[in-house]
Amino acid sequence: MKAIKEKHSVAMRWAHWINFPVLLIMIWSGMLIYWANDEYTITIFGHTFFHFFPDPFYKFFNVPQRLAEGMAFHFFFMWFFAINGLLYFLYTIFSGEWRQLVPHRHSFKEAWHVLLHDLHIRKMLPPQDKYNAAQRIAYTSIIMMGFGSLVTGLAIYKPVQFYWVTWICGGYHLARVEHFILTVGYVLFFLIHITQVIIAGWNNFRSVVSGFEIIQDQPAANIKTADDEKSI
Amino acid sequence: MMKNLFSNNRETKLASQKQLNRRNFISFSVFGGVGALLYGGWRWLYQSPEETPGTTGGAHKLLRRALNQNELVFKNTLSNNHLVQTYPKSMAAKSVRVNSKIGMEDDDFDGSKWSLQVNRRNGTSLKLNLEDLKALPKTEIVFDFKCVEGWDQISHWGGVKFSDFIDHYHLREEAKLQYVGLATPDEGYYVGLDMLSALHPQTLLAYEVNDEPLPLDHGFPLRLIIPVKYGIKNLKRIGSISFSDQRPPDYWAEQGYDYFSGL
Repeated sequence: MKAIKEKHSVAMRWAHWINFPVLLIMIWSGMLIYWANDEYTITIFGHTFFHFFPDPFYKFFNVPQRLAEGMAFHFFFMWFFAINGLLYFLYTIFSGEWRQLVPHRHSFKEAWHVLLHDLHIRKMLPPQDKYNAAQRIAYTSIIMMGFGSLVTGLAIYKPVQFYWVTWICGGYHLARVEHFILTVGYVLFFLIHITQVIIAGWNNFRSVVSGFEIIQDQPAANIKTADDEKSI
Repeated sequence: MMKNLFSNNRETKLASQKQLNRRNFISFSVFGGVGALLYGGWRWLYQSPEETPGTTGGAHKLLRRALNQNELVFKNTLSNNHLVQTYPKSMAAKSVRVNSKIGMEDDDFDGSKWSLQVNRRNGTSLKLNLEDLKALPKTEIVFDFKCVEGWDQISHWGGVKFSDFIDHYHLREEAKLQYVGLATPDEGYYVGLDMLSALHPQTLLAYEVNDEPLPLDHGFPLRLIIPVKYGIKNLKRIGSISFSDQRPPDYWAEQGYDYFSGL
């Protein structure tokens, strides 16, 4: 017999794995659209350090001259992205899972300790719970970023009919910049996420497919108090 | 499944290796199976044939259907009360961007011989010249012109409100049809507009930019300014206007772009 802990609900696992390919398609088709007016750079004091994106990058991903195709894909898959995200959001609210997800008042201090630990600077790890403080911040942010993409996306897509959404975003230009930055954010999130998943190992990865985690190295007495939900 | 779906139960329990193997097998089978299905679906869509060329063309069949469905969704937010934001004249660009000359490529075009042909429902047509249109009340607009490519520019235009034009020339019967079609004199560029967008109070038959007559590049003598649409619908050098219940041909919709292209 093995001690196991139910970690991820079926709803969370489906939402997670549906979102992954859909977001990938959204980023790719967004790139086909962005190419038609690729005006963003990182410029400081008149010196351009980086242009989004260099020609070899476009060539590698076969981006040029596909604006219409990009728009067609983007405006189809946007529905899947929105509906999947919305269902997941509603699920976390109604199931109460948001309590394990939203940062609490110690999270920011703890997240710093998690970071120091991960960088091998600090030995002690703050309470891990289902999600540790750094994860709480990261996963809550990514949900908010999803909302941000929907809102800024709508602001760009229908700036006349939803002029107030465009206004909230700070206008058409800013909405476009925000939409772009959020996308860059997803890519950065993805890179860190993948690294962490690899480091965390198979037991953790399996829990996002099968739902449970096997507890092997913890003495039984600890398991009972491991559920520190009540102490929050 | 349902119990699991909403369970927030994070208690530790004991399970035999056999039970775990079973769960892993089911979960990973579903994971792999659905993953393969999604990948197959994607491959199918990506390689699926394009629509039969007609009024629209150049898009995958399913994606064209999605674009048309999106139109039905977002048409509901179209209203004469939803106005495009306007700006003070001082904010208008002095040098207005020229992005395309499709339909205006013949160098020997003589603006003085130009006339606008309006095809009526009963088969007759009107021939109008620029003076006829200038006799109607003039409307000006300074708005943010938006290109489908992603750039935009605040620009200042003057001309006849399309709905004023309809009223003045007693075209209300024609305006009951669903679409307006416009084309350049050489028919090299043509657009189709839904009537609601065409009759929007900010849609102009423009003959001025920055208080000056349109330069040739901007569609002298008469062009369409339709702020509720992307630039691709803002046809330059209008040669003819017609009305229909069927979608009129549209240059960019034939090349994979959304027919509606509304903002």
